[in-house]
Amino acid sequence: MVGMSLACSLASMPLTKHLNVAIIDSNPALVNGIRINKQDPPDPRVSTITPATTSMFRDIGAWQYLQPYRHAYFDQMQVWDYTGLGYTRYHARDVDKDSLGCVVENKVLQSSLLLCIQNADFQKRIFPSRLVSMSLNPGLKSKQMDGISSEISRADLAKLHLSDGTCLYAKLVVGADGSKSQVRELAGFKTTGWNYSQNAVICTVEHASENQCAWQRFLPAGPIALLPMGDNFSNIVWTMNPKEALDRKSMTEIDFVKTVNHALDHGFGPHPTSSLLGKGNIFSWFGAGVPTSGNGGFEIPPKVVKLASERMVFPLSLRHANDYVSKHVALIGDAAHTVHPLAGQGVNLGFGDAFALSRVIGEAIAVGMDIGEASLLKKYEAERKPANIAMMAILDGFQKAYSVDFGPLNILRAAGFHAANYISPLKRSIISYASGEQRLPLFT
Amino acid sequence: MASKLLHRVRAVSARLKYSRTLSPTLAAFASSRLLSDVAPSASTSPAPQSSGSSDKFEHNAKSSSVRSSLKDPELAKFSAIADTWWDSGGPFKPLHLMNPTRLAFIRSTLCRHFGKDPSSARPFEGMKIVDVGCGGGILSEPLARMGASVTGVDAVDKNIKIARIHADLDPVTSTIEYCCTTAEKLVEEQRKFDAVISLEVIEHVADPAEFCQSLSALTIPEGALVISTINRSMRAYATAIVAAEYLLHWLPKGTHQWLSFLTPEELVLILQRSSICVKEMAGFVYNPLTGRWSLSDDVSVNFIAFGTKNSQ
Repeated sequence: MVGMSLACSLASMPLTKHLNVAIIDSNPALVNGIRINKQDPPDPRVSTITPATTSMFRDIGAWQYLQPYRHAYFDQMQVWDYTGLGYTRYHARDVDKDSLGCVVENKVLQSSLLLCIQNADFQKRIFPSRLVSMSLNPGLKSKQMDGISSEISRADLAKLHLSDGTCLYAKLVVGADGSKSQVRELAGFKTTGWNYSQNAVICTVEHASENQCAWQRFLPAGPIALLPMGDNFSNIVWTMNPKEALDRKSMTEIDFVKTVNHALDHGFGPHPTSSLLGKGNIFSWFGAGVPTSGNGGFEIPPKVVKLASERMVFPLSLRHANDYVSKHVALIGDAAHTVHPLAGQGVNLGFGDAFALSRVIGEAIAVGMDIGEASLLKKYEAERKPANIAMMAILDGFQKAYSVDFGPLNILRAAGFHAANYISPLKRSIISYASGEQRLPLFT
Repeated sequence: MASKLLHRVRAVSARLKYSRTLSPTLAAFASSRLLSDVAPSASTSPAPQSSGSSDKFEHNAKSSSVRSSLKDPELAKFSAIADTWWDSGGPFKPLHLMNPTRLAFIRSTLCRHFGKDPSSARPFEGMKIVDVGCGGGILSEPLARMGASVTGVDAVDKNIKIARIHADLDPVTSTIEYCCTTAEKLVEEQRKFDAVISLEVIEHVADPAEFCQSLSALTIPEGALVISTINRSMRAYATAIVAAEYLLHWLPKGTHQWLSFLTPEELVLILQRSSICVKEMAGFVYNPLTGRWSLSDDVSVNFIAFGTKNSQ
């Protein structure tokens, strides 16, 4: 998805339209097209797109291909935990916007990007195979003339070997091949990171009526998120330890629905009350005169009626490539960084990378630079790395803060909920940052 | 953007129209540069010396390569580090860092003057451009990628060899024509170009006025001329010489001589006398926090000027 968005972005800018792009992906859907029936139940693999990503999609002309299919905007979000000591309710009108985000199935995103690139006047070729090996540093072949001149004219390019035997030469190789990136391996980038001792269970569920709010409850073993998908469907992302994940995957559907409702509702702890020990009054002077959704009150999430898809389990980890670029190579998306899904930011960081890289490439072409040059790729890295690392640090911090059940820490977290709920500047800042409008938290 | 600058520039040219007397600085400058010793000495660059004609030609031939009496050492200096031209971490690092900024200025002024589309990837398609003092081709290659037919000339043979090898690595840049020669020789050959570009060269030249005459002769009427150099100001002494050469070691010691620098007014005057009217000027400033150069109105250290040749 992220790689395709880079290709679409290059196709949409006049400075980069003339580039020859080879898309190497063994997914047969790229060649055959992705058929989506509107009556299909929603795929459990979804992504939450921030408003910033939505506007980027609009800029490259891919959003129009997405609109006919199922996608759901949500304008409210409620976050609380099992201790029942506090909650935060976010509303898009706090930042004068219409929505906080949009939940779209991954296959719809892929299909819209594929249609966008197919309809663009752009020189691209799809190679349905895998990358086997790559050589990047042929160096300056000095003075071996006569017959090796064709080698010399390609001496400054990266050479790629594919699994079907094709050999490609490229000025720039962009690795958008996911968390187990082959490009990253072959280029020798080192990564830092650790595995979370948590797995995520993902599935689609159905309600009796439409859900228009995103819900997230932090439980002792990990958060459970309920994301609206439209048509009375919602997507569940439930993080827990591996053993429980296997149990939950294998239990019957009825039992699973019961545990989900239990987790969202009364399980593990009480509901937070709307004002706890007059805390609401203490904080209300911060937001004096400004309407906040803190007065909305705590709501119980809608009941899940039935399971609408298979349950999938994924291990969670945090991984970050120490460098994103070197001569002729750049990494974007999950190949460069993987994060915890607890704030729905992962793919948005990836799209941010793709659009930043395409902008940097456009600027380079404007001044006639070679797009494979390390100095210009470093510009992309300097733009994205701090933003990505900041987000990863925050998400990791949340993950660690919520995985410990310790009295004083629980009170601190509750205070955090209250602060975010009632101090409007803080709430606005949080919403802006999570919507992708702000690059770094707290510094406007 | 440089309305204050243009005001200065126009004031200077207005003064030129009404008075033939040189300002004191210019007089001092003229005596120190133009009348300084021009003893011919053996040079490592073959073409100018082998012509072996009159004194005037010899003088002109030297002028495009090197500052007066330090000719040999200066050429040798550039020859010694020629291999590192394309090492973006080596002695030419400042040029590499400055390159995108210079190209942005060139792109915007040339596109505007010749009416080319700035959002095209190859706006200079069909234009002939000469890069005088091209060195290793740091400027010539991007110009070729922007679609121009580029000729690169340099007095140091090793530079031309390095430039040729590097340009041949990419089919787009292998069309660049590199010659180890001087601007004067090109004038003799009656070559003409749509745009003549000479960046960071004039401060190394013995006779800037003659050099500008040659550059102007290479330009077609209504063609473009772009020159960049360093201002002869106290700030430039502190930054480009003391800081860059002695403190930060960005450049080898002795790369620049402060007295060879030109102020923007002097450059405009010299160009005026060569039938070039300076239309735009900008300065480069370096931001040490981001490590990037950017264009600005501040011409107190590095500056670049764009002029057009008067139609005859």
